[in-house]
Amino acid sequence: MSDLLKGRSGDWELVIGLEIHAQVVAEAKLFSGAATTFGAAPNEQVSFVDAGMPGMLPVLNEACVEQAVRTGLALNAEINLQSIFARKNYFYPDMPQGYQISQYEAPIVGEGEIVIDLPDDESCTIGIERLHLEQDAGKSVHDRHPNKSYIDLNRSGVTLMEIVSKPDMRSAEQAAAYVTKMRAIMRYIGSCDGNMQEGSMRADANVSVRRPGEALGTRCEIKNLNSIRFMRQAIDYEAARQIEIIEDGGKIDQETRLFDSGKGETRSMRSKEDAHDYRYFPDPDLLPLRFEQSYVDSLKSSLPELPEAKKQRFMEAFGLSAYDASVLVAERETADYFETVAEGRDPKLAANWVISDLFGRLNRAETPVSESPVVASALGGLIDLIADGTISGRIAKDVFADMFDTGRSAFEIVEEKGLKQVSDTGALEAAVDQVMADNPDRVADYRGGNQKLVGWFMGQIMKSSGGKANPQMVNELLRKKLGSG
Amino acid sequence: MSLDKDTVRRIATLARIRVDEEALEPLAGELNNILGWVEQLNEVDTQDVPPMTSVVETEPFQRVDRVDDGGQVEDVLANAPEEAEHFFVVPKVIE
Amino acid sequence: MPTLTQMTLAQARDGLVGGEFSAVELTDAHIAATEAVRDLNCYILETPDAARDMALAADERRSRGEGGALNGIPLAIKDLFCTKGVQATAGSHILEGFTPPYESTITRQLWEAGAVMLGKTNLDEFAMGSSNMTSYFGPVVNPWQRTNDDAKLVPGGSSGGSASIVAARAAMAATGTDTGGSIRQPGSFCGIVGMKPTYGRCSRWGVIAFASSLDQAGPLTRTVQDSAIVLGAMAGHDPKDSTSVNVPVPDYEAALGGDLKGLKIGVPKEYRLDGTPAEIEALWEEGINWLKAAGAEIVEISLPHTKYALPAYYIVAPAEASSNLARYDGVRYGLRVEGGTPQEMYENTRGEGFGVEVKRRVLIGTYVLSAGYYDAYYLQAQRVRTRIAQDFHEAWEQVDAVLTPTTPSAAFAQGEKMDDPIAMYLNDVLTVPASMSGLPAISVPAGLSGDGLPLGLHVIGRPFDESTVFKVGQVIEEAANFTALPQLMAGGA
Repeated sequence: MSDLLKGRSGDWELVIGLEIHAQVVAEAKLFSGAATTFGAAPNEQVSFVDAGMPGMLPVLNEACVEQAVRTGLALNAEINLQSIFARKNYFYPDMPQGYQISQYEAPIVGEGEIVIDLPDDESCTIGIERLHLEQDAGKSVHDRHPNKSYIDLNRSGVTLMEIVSKPDMRSAEQAAAYVTKMRAIMRYIGSCDGNMQEGSMRADANVSVRRPGEALGTRCEIKNLNSIRFMRQAIDYEAARQIEIIEDGGKIDQETRLFDSGKGETRSMRSKEDAHDYRYFPDPDLLPLRFEQSYVDSLKSSLPELPEAKKQRFMEAFGLSAYDASVLVAERETADYFETVAEGRDPKLAANWVISDLFGRLNRAETPVSESPVVASALGGLIDLIADGTISGRIAKDVFADMFDTGRSAFEIVEEKGLKQVSDTGALEAAVDQVMADNPDRVADYRGGNQKLVGWFMGQIMKSSGGKANPQMVNELLRKKLGSG
Repeated sequence: MSLDKDTVRRIATLARIRVDEEALEPLAGELNNILGWVEQLNEVDTQDVPPMTSVVETEPFQRVDRVDDGGQVEDVLANAPEEAEHFFVVPKVIE
Repeated sequence: MPTLTQMTLAQARDGLVGGEFSAVELTDAHIAATEAVRDLNCYILETPDAARDMALAADERRSRGEGGALNGIPLAIKDLFCTKGVQATAGSHILEGFTPPYESTITRQLWEAGAVMLGKTNLDEFAMGSSNMTSYFGPVVNPWQRTNDDAKLVPGGSSGGSASIVAARAAMAATGTDTGGSIRQPGSFCGIVGMKPTYGRCSRWGVIAFASSLDQAGPLTRTVQDSAIVLGAMAGHDPKDSTSVNVPVPDYEAALGGDLKGLKIGVPKEYRLDGTPAEIEALWEEGINWLKAAGAEIVEISLPHTKYALPAYYIVAPAEASSNLARYDGVRYGLRVEGGTPQEMYENTRGEGFGVEVKRRVLIGTYVLSAGYYDAYYLQAQRVRTRIAQDFHEAWEQVDAVLTPTTPSAAFAQGEKMDDPIAMYLNDVLTVPASMSGLPAISVPAGLSGDGLPLGLHVIGRPFDESTVFKVGQVIEEAANFTALPQLMAGGA
């Protein structure tokens, strides 16, 4: 499938690289012991180190190193047994030290790759350039005062993993799939909660265009995209903007841009440091970070099964389509839920129920699967009743709705409401005979060629049986009896 | 390696230090004097010599991940030139 | 019997324990002495009320038979140390009025040992200087004067206030910091003992940073024994400082004494500089002879990269400083000069808040780290630094300590060497190599110049071998028998 964009003067190829900033799950910050929880009152979670006070010094948090290594392993990436913290020097009110402690020439994680899920059961591999640890900045609030900005340093010093992809993506869709997968991976291993609304995961997109086969074009960076939807819009807008400029004979200025979600446009950022001379040098307050291969190996052995591996296993072991498998593995909780339901049952049936019915209700109720009123074993119970013919698939839908609303078991509901399906041949034959006798014109119509009428007959019988007639059997009987004569 | 006043102006901006226009030229002279003096370092053969990354040879110390700091907003703000509602206050940042 | 301000710290400690006088008496004597030498401008902030309270508490502990190694001893603290509830300025306008809500690890240890704080001493701004002429709070005067000349002399720097007040006998000891020589050089200029321990021996937490890979705190005292006592209380691993080394602190005082039999002392030929005054060369020779007489073997060694240490220092230190001083922006503490935008506010604040020398070094530092120059300057300087450290590393295979003069001259007059920064930088040419290598080093007063000014000898040791450095230093002290006193001392010369 071609992702090429059509310009006025021919095809264009879109080249996208993403930088993801992911807040690491940890109690305390990267270099200080202040808390990291979201939503605290201003400057309540600030140590003197985070406030950049005179004489303060950073001390590395061991859990953050662990999370970075685990994430690197989950990205199939090279783990660097030695890495260096470097200072990135620039002035900004939310950067109290006047520099950010980051990593530059020697990051903790090197090259890796992930597989992303595309439509039509396709997938492709996107390369990872590197992952490094760095401090997050504080927050500036600009709307509490007409000509002043307010600074909250709670977020200052929180651990970020910056994950830089290779410029391997060719469409906004691929970019979205990449972010989705990256988020899933980090949530699986618990290194980042991926909450884009709260800002614990942010993306910057580097976007350029080129004629197919030519060298890379000049790229623009779109910063701080905090939803996948906005990212797609921003990329599409930016691609069109760049194509138009070039086709009009202009050149792209390499610059940093922001996405205005209200207008759906990207615009140039005015006052960021024009020279961007960060004067990186190794932080003399910190020693080079070193660990042994045995440390890496032990972290690797304790990683859970990752989304891609789980997806492949679901496809092979359960015969699911790539699409269904990828939907189920999107979250570890849903994958676990599904596996419980599928155990000893028809996996495709289980997949359908989980994906269509359960997810449908959960999404409407804005409830996570961990809080589902229908637990996995209960859904399994419902499926068992379909499998052994106790109820029809049609009735099961109603039973499921009741289960979701009341938390009761399928068996209980079927018993109480008397919903067992009627599969008795005699009773069904009688019902079919009855409806045919009552509607001779329609019978004649059907026999005259209007085969679609079987649906109407079905409807009548389902109505008269209170929905309990076994639909497959009724269908067979109808076709047999209507067909003859 | 010689600084002119434009370079000094640029460096002063990078360092966020206001330098009056008339002071740029003399400052360039002073800095050139110092930079000229340190040029002698190029006499040293440093082929294959690693830059010093740590003065001490010691096992890097890492903290256990637990919250043992923060929760001292009054102290954090105690020396602030301007504060409001527990925020630091600065002139408006234009993005 | 020496007076309360003339006696050594060790004598005062013993006197207190022996009940010969009280801590309050001792502190009062030093407060009076401080008033007598106030013209020296040693202090940015005197804290006599707090001192008296602390002395009372020390007497209280004494009466219960308790009290740490420095119980009741009055100290002066360089105003680079953050002291909780007491102003810390780093000698700069940009931190005037800053009151730290935290205590530096070193001063916390000193108060836990029972010491008394007399005040915060004056220093070159942000520890950048060798004369204490760059302080926003005015220059410090050296209590020593040239024979028949009442010109005010510099005490050296950056720990000028600390050195001067101890030499003036108005504090028993003082803390200093040494980045390129800022304890040892003022020690030499003021005729007292200045000790810079191994990098990582003392915690830097709460010490306002100048150059992170070089800064080290240390004591200024009148004797080597006093220096060993105070360093013992200052040293120790601090988990809040990632560059602090977890090595136990030996009893430095107990290790003193004895001869130097079996010890090898290196004399590096590269420390014989062109233009070194003959009297300093002569003093160095005398020192060599003293050590020989004490049983040491003298070995001529070569430290080939010595002369590059100072220019390399003047790249690395300003580079680190330019980054360490970026936090002084008027946002969260200290001086703020308003501006229409934050960036303007920064430029105005720092333009007004920093002095000339600080600005010079921050600009140099910014330049040598900037794009296109990093490799040629900063990286090259750090490579040269490796070479300098390697020189010593190889020397330790031949010798146990190194003896050199401390400074290329005696104290000079205020206002001299101000026209050419490099002339000022050259004060540290002999002390800087030990700083760049992170090695422990001490300056001990060894003799007088022709002008009657003190001259020091300098002993450098292996990493974490402060004990040998103290031992050799004490041998020099005993042999030198330096009993001269400064003219502007409390109680008169």
